[in-house]
Amino acid sequence: MTEPVLFVDNLKTHFFTRAGVVKAVDGVSFELAKGEIMGLVGESGSGKTVTGFSLLGLVDAPGRIVEGSVRLNGTELTTLSGAALRSRRGREISMIFQDPIATLNPMLTIGQQMKMAIDAHERLSDRAAKARSAEMLTQVGIPSAAARLRAYPHEFSGGMRQRVAIAIALLHRPSVIVADEPTTALDVSIQAQILYQMRDLAAETGTAMIWISHDLAVVSSLASKLAVMYAGRIVEQGPTATLLRDPRHPYTAGLIASLPATAKPGTPLTQIPGTTPSLLSLPPGCPFAPRCANSADACNEDPQMTVKDQRGWRCFNPVGRNAEVSA
Amino acid sequence: MLGFIIQRFIQAVLVMAVMSVIVFFGVYAIGNPIDIVIPPDATQEIRAEAIRRLGLDRPLYEQYYYFITNLLQGDLGRSFVYNMPVLELIGGRLPATLELVLISVISATFLGVSLGIYAGYRPDSWVSKTIMAVSVLGFSVPSFWVGLILILFFAVNLGWLPAGGRGETVEIWGVAWSFPTLNGLSHIVLPAINLALFKLAMMIRLARAGTREIMLTDTIKFARAAGLSESTILRRHLLKLISIPIITVFGLELGSTLAFAVVTETIFSWPGVGKLIIDSIGVLDRPVMVAYLILVAFLFVSINFVIDLLFALIDPRVRQGAVA
Repeated sequence: MTEPVLFVDNLKTHFFTRAGVVKAVDGVSFELAKGEIMGLVGESGSGKTVTGFSLLGLVDAPGRIVEGSVRLNGTELTTLSGAALRSRRGREISMIFQDPIATLNPMLTIGQQMKMAIDAHERLSDRAAKARSAEMLTQVGIPSAAARLRAYPHEFSGGMRQRVAIAIALLHRPSVIVADEPTTALDVSIQAQILYQMRDLAAETGTAMIWISHDLAVVSSLASKLAVMYAGRIVEQGPTATLLRDPRHPYTAGLIASLPATAKPGTPLTQIPGTTPSLLSLPPGCPFAPRCANSADACNEDPQMTVKDQRGWRCFNPVGRNAEVSA
Repeated sequence: MLGFIIQRFIQAVLVMAVMSVIVFFGVYAIGNPIDIVIPPDATQEIRAEAIRRLGLDRPLYEQYYYFITNLLQGDLGRSFVYNMPVLELIGGRLPATLELVLISVISATFLGVSLGIYAGYRPDSWVSKTIMAVSVLGFSVPSFWVGLILILFFAVNLGWLPAGGRGETVEIWGVAWSFPTLNGLSHIVLPAINLALFKLAMMIRLARAGTREIMLTDTIKFARAAGLSESTILRRHLLKLISIPIITVFGLELGSTLAFAVVTETIFSWPGVGKLIIDSIGVLDRPVMVAYLILVAFLFVSINFVIDLLFALIDPRVRQGAVA
């Protein structure tokens, strides 16, 4: 087993607001091998995006990483200075966002924006920068890329804009890309195209990817492993196929059951009762307990991660085949 | 782009046409200048003669017709009071106002935008809080009072700077300017500060609001995620993204300050156009009033025209006629 490119251990990112401490990320651990794609799934407000920003050291005040470790290619990121961290962003780890209209600057050409991203890490002549940018755009599937460098973001369609953003994120062939719901704002057909293109690119370049999504169906077709987040922590993780076939955590089971594909046509979709708890007033013990059909007295304690055969779950009363009670 | 310019140009011409009607008829609706121009004890004949000579016996539409045909030939008429061409009268005063206003508005903009960006970028630092507190003062303290205090403090008590007048001037292209000489420049400082304070406060607030808004957007997050340095983000992304409202306000402020710097000009005995128009209103010198207002309208229309062109230059979406 080779050293993972990204190793996250007990990461805690808290926001110190006037109303209290919001534990947006509260003890997240996972690792990512070269070229591996991990799906990070959960409802809105479960801490997926904050996890992504924490990896890049881009948590805005009043939030900050209070504990834990993020190791990228063997370097600890959480203790790095601002400049050292900046020199790694974009070069070793980069991020793409949900809404490509909002991420690109409407007043600069694509070429200018790509040049800025190149200049951040390398000294290249204008010519070489253009060549590199055009090559990258071609790779993400933008036709007549060299001419498009002079175009502005509003001259592209939504899908094309997201490809441009992906091209910018890939310019320096980073080891890890955090993709924060990059296809959610797009048409379904374009979504599929970009999904498979990203998968191929990751395989080609050896870039590992964290694909953040609330949509289990999208992620499961892409990622080789899944991490399910709930209320700031990963409640279950493991290989995608195993997790989908045989979930352990009742929350994962609920997510899978609520997929439209699993419902018989004409019948209402299954829902998980209740709503995501406010991170300001989490119940003691398992945060999912109030919504859980399996909750018992034991659930007043915080369950730890049970690890077994490459997978893990945080639950006292796991569901599914061969489920063993472990306390 | 050419279509855009032509379209804006036609708009500008239309606005000027409408303005000329409003100004002309508006000014002619108030008072009777004859009462002021000739002595009260004048005979009926002298009175009739004066009315005839000034063209006031003609119907209003005919007067307007003469006014417009002359205007199009570059003739704005003669002052009733000074008995000299209005254009010469205003032209002699305009450079004084121009140099004072340009210096004050431009420095207020540069300083205000820089301070505003800082305050928006680090909203919680005490420096930013101080900047914002000062900007509230700039808004709320009346301009004439600030002018008096400036004179009292820097001219009377400390004796560092002169209290009024233009100082030494230099002729460039046949026009007298103060700014090229050290002495002239020292005369500009206090009135320029007086004029600039309000604009400075406004630019600070505008730049700060823009900065706070833009810094939270995904554009900035994405730039940071790509490893761009903060100074590149501020210079290349932020400055462009907050520029539209700043340029708009800059244009409006430049126009209105040029036209109505009268309070400051009066306090610092600055011989600019503001002083001229107030005097002319006092004696109902219609040609000067009309010409001045027409020039002011022309000034605003031109500034807006230039600003529209600037927008198109800066924002590709405006240039290409996409959603503005």
